[in-house]
Amino acid sequence: MTRISRRGLLRSGAAVGVLAATGFPVLAQAKRGGRLRLGLNGANTSDSWDGRTHSDAFMVNGAHGCVFDCLTEVSATGELIGELAESWEATPDAKTWTFTLRQGVTFHNGKAFGADDVLESLSMHVADGAKSAAQPIVASIDEMKKTGDHQVQIVLKEGNADFPFLMSDYHLLMYPAGQIDEAIVKGIGTGMYEVVSFDPGVRFVGKRVASHYKDGKAGWFDEVEFIAINDSSARMNALLTGQVDAVNRIDFKTEPLLKANPKIKIFEVTGNQHNTFPMLMDVPPFDNLDVRLALKYSVDRQELVNKILQGHGAVGNDHPIGPANQYYAKDLPQIEMDPDKAKFHLKKAGMENLTVDLRVSNAAFNGAVDSAQLYQASAKKSGIDINVVQEPADGYWSNVWLKQPWCAAYFSGRATEDWMFATAYEAGVPWNDSHWTDARFQELLLQGRKELDSAKRRTIYYEMQQILSERGSTVIPMYANFVDAAASGLAHGETLGNNFQMDGSRIAERWWFS
Amino acid sequence: MKSLTRIVLHRLFLGLLTLFVVSVVIFTAVNMLPGDFAQAILGQGATPEAVASIRRDLGLDQPPVIRYFQWLAGVIQGDLGRSFAQANFTSFTGTTSGQSSVMGQIAPRFANTMFLAGVTAAIAVPVSLALGILAALYRNSVFDRVVNIATLSSISSPEFFLAYILILFLAVLNPLLPSLSNIYSDMGLGERLERTLLPALTLTLVVTAHMMRMTRAAIINLLASPYIEMARLKGLSPMRVILRHALPNALAPIINVIALNLAYLITGVVVVEVVFVYPGIGQLFVDSVKNRDIPVVQACCLIFAAAYILLNLMADLMSILSNPRLRHPR
Repeated sequence: MTRISRRGLLRSGAAVGVLAATGFPVLAQAKRGGRLRLGLNGANTSDSWDGRTHSDAFMVNGAHGCVFDCLTEVSATGELIGELAESWEATPDAKTWTFTLRQGVTFHNGKAFGADDVLESLSMHVADGAKSAAQPIVASIDEMKKTGDHQVQIVLKEGNADFPFLMSDYHLLMYPAGQIDEAIVKGIGTGMYEVVSFDPGVRFVGKRVASHYKDGKAGWFDEVEFIAINDSSARMNALLTGQVDAVNRIDFKTEPLLKANPKIKIFEVTGNQHNTFPMLMDVPPFDNLDVRLALKYSVDRQELVNKILQGHGAVGNDHPIGPANQYYAKDLPQIEMDPDKAKFHLKKAGMENLTVDLRVSNAAFNGAVDSAQLYQASAKKSGIDINVVQEPADGYWSNVWLKQPWCAAYFSGRATEDWMFATAYEAGVPWNDSHWTDARFQELLLQGRKELDSAKRRTIYYEMQQILSERGSTVIPMYANFVDAAASGLAHGETLGNNFQMDGSRIAERWWFS
Repeated sequence: MKSLTRIVLHRLFLGLLTLFVVSVVIFTAVNMLPGDFAQAILGQGATPEAVASIRRDLGLDQPPVIRYFQWLAGVIQGDLGRSFAQANFTSFTGTTSGQSSVMGQIAPRFANTMFLAGVTAAIAVPVSLALGILAALYRNSVFDRVVNIATLSSISSPEFFLAYILILFLAVLNPLLPSLSNIYSDMGLGERLERTLLPALTLTLVVTAHMMRMTRAAIINLLASPYIEMARLKGLSPMRVILRHALPNALAPIINVIALNLAYLITGVVVVEVVFVYPGIGQLFVDSVKNRDIPVVQACCLIFAAAYILLNLMADLMSILSNPRLRHPR
């Protein structure tokens, strides 16, 4: 799952000229030293340094946030800045992108970083038999070539104004060319921390490299230690007893208790992560727009946010663009629970009442079963009988999602509007979990992709959100916040990244001991 | 003595047979679970092509019967196979790290589990024997009642509850011991022991009642027999009567219960491992079941089954050795 997103300007594609990478704001008060100990969940015995397989907090923080770098980076304030790329420029059709790479960067084994590393690191995502979540990004590249020791030119099959943003995806790590296999086994990257020891599913220890191109802007700890604590109570305990300095994914139920503890700080950001109930729009009764609307008007979104997320989230408006996206249509009319409107649309569809199955499992998202039951209760008021079918968590994504007419799912959101739509709302893509097709929507999608003008893109993406909200086939009741906690001895910059947990998974770079 | 060797060989043979049956049952059961490794590892990203590609890499497209016998042939040659979880990424980079063999993955975890079991046994066995003997000696006294109530309440509470109570008192309110037991290989023995103490104490509370009450019951049972009466009439002290006269004859059932509890410590401590983040074999096992990583699940089950079989065999041998009548059968 890719959870990259951003606020602020789409600097990358805004103009054809060279845009210098801005770097971090200088933090006068930050100071070096100490060993950061994190308790993180999402660790597995199947973990490795292979970026293609990363999907959860432990490895994303370890690889993307410590050991490896990407070409670009989404800063804490949501801007796109250069990481291993110093600058980039595009031709007016947004089809050909030239990246100028940083010079004097070395991998942890001493090898110098250059254009070959970029070409080979990107190619591994489309290698035969490779199973990479970033495969569609790299597959959109028509041709890659080295135009200098520190310059690469990438020609896309179709123009894509967001391409530099995609290069910050946490799967697209830069490995040393010719040594990728070794780098995957040992963890050899260009990041601020080199691997001291790594035990999959148990622990990772990293040591600050002596000198790094981000010196003075990031990387304040001497050492980092990540401890895999998948159990949420154990994570809270470890933080409370001072065994770790920070933990991710707080259990909402115990959050008030943590808040009351003066030694603990909670940090919470609203990102693009959202929970969904996709309906297959080519399967009766969901092929009838009025039925879909009746269902959209029958869910009490605020109740779901209050009870399922314990308030740690925001109501959704049936489109997947979140508050962390640039062109989020925040003035779009919010769909409210309205039994009368629901009954009206039901009648228009020629039905007095309606019985539908909703298949759920907590594998879809935490609290999915409870959410479905709340939905069931609120839909009764509009004469809709939702039959909640609990499915086993094992095999849920293979056997239920994309297969059953109505089920529960989640998306972690995407950095850009186009990426999100292309993942799950473009006609015919494999993850289009509502079988959504709409001529106008599709037309706008292709138009927006090639458009470099920010104002025009805004209009396009607003209309697309409106279409989904008014006609779409997915009920998106809520956005879930990222809620993490740290000991009060830790300090951080003014803004926290909202593209991933733990300050955009960069806590090891951006935070320090005060 | 000859008969003893025969018993051991006979039991070992039966043990092997049991292991075989266990492996068949586990293999069938894991195959009956919905989903397989490819689907489990890909999650939401399980496109038909990706699933097929992983299945092909791991040989999961073969019929189960063939896969089982391939695995069995490997095991007979001492090769437990390759862990799917690690093979998944090594297979398409072309490299094999030490981690990818099931052995390489299980060995360090198993060593940790044995360490925890060892520390727990070193505390629990002497404590429960002593408590059992003292309870028998002062039976029906206030001491006896208190010990019984305490051990019975601790065994009746769920493990995680005991664990959290101990964390509350020994780590949060009085920071004496660390609440995280994440031990790792380059840790000194002292620190390792310190970190293992809380889970070991939790497990001690869990297993003590069983052993202590069996000790007490076995001894009290014997106290009614004529030869004990005789010893008492000779004027021996009650302590001596119990230690010298009753205990040797009560050993057989006690040893059996100890063996059962030791086997439990090796195989059944997942909950405690999760609460204390202890990297033992239990967590690996649960992870592997979740991932449908059949080679690791099979290997873990074999280890668990072997632990039960060997410990029971040892218990039987020790009861035979502790009993002259069985040692020299006519």
